[in-house]
Amino acid sequence: MKQYEIVETPIDIQQYSDYVLHPAAGAVTIFTGNVREWTHGVKTLYLAYEAYIPMAEKKLAEIGAEMEAKWPGIRVAIAHRIGELQVKDIAVVIAVSSPHRKAAYEANEYAIDRIKEVVPIWKKEIWEDGEEWIGAQKKYPEKGVGQ
Amino acid sequence: MIQVNYFARLRELTGKGQETLDRDSMTVSELLDWAESTYPGFGADTIQVAVNEEYALIDDTIYSGDVCAFIPPVSGG
Repeated sequence: MKQYEIVETPIDIQQYSDYVLHPAAGAVTIFTGNVREWTHGVKTLYLAYEAYIPMAEKKLAEIGAEMEAKWPGIRVAIAHRIGELQVKDIAVVIAVSSPHRKAAYEANEYAIDRIKEVVPIWKKEIWEDGEEWIGAQKKYPEKGVGQ
Repeated sequence: MIQVNYFARLRELTGKGQETLDRDSMTVSELLDWAESTYPGFGADTIQVAVNEEYALIDDTIYSGDVCAFIPPVSGG
């Protein structure tokens, strides 16, 4: 495994937890984002994720660096899966360790928010009667997102 | 030559993952205009451009040898 990676196979969360754990860490938070069956009343059959892999891994590492600057002493590992994912499958795992629990919780939530803003990964929902690439429409920003 | 990459909706719209443009330089704005006129429905006003794996500004210049990517609104997580 890598500390920040895009993977094409099922995510085993234990290795990311093990990666961030060390003797001074009194807390480890693990967040997993999973495929949800129902979204706004529409039933998802499965999801297809796609990524610009080299840039996505670079952005994940940048998010990790932002987190370490904001919460000194934490350790971070993040993985996002691409390809076809079924209901309940893990799409993303974020593992954060810290000496005390508050930083691990806060930093973990920060990570998923930033992933949804800047990491070039796209999700297509496939339903019984159609499919669509998901993504909030927005105008070109004055300054590049994530810079 | 400038390389451009397409992902997600744009990969399906253009029917290709990448192509090269025979240009020495152009701005991000010019690249988006080219894409919109070449591929109707591209939606250039919602798309960011990455140059060499970093988000670029609309007035930035792209040079031959650069690798660009059109980044539609992301939806990871």
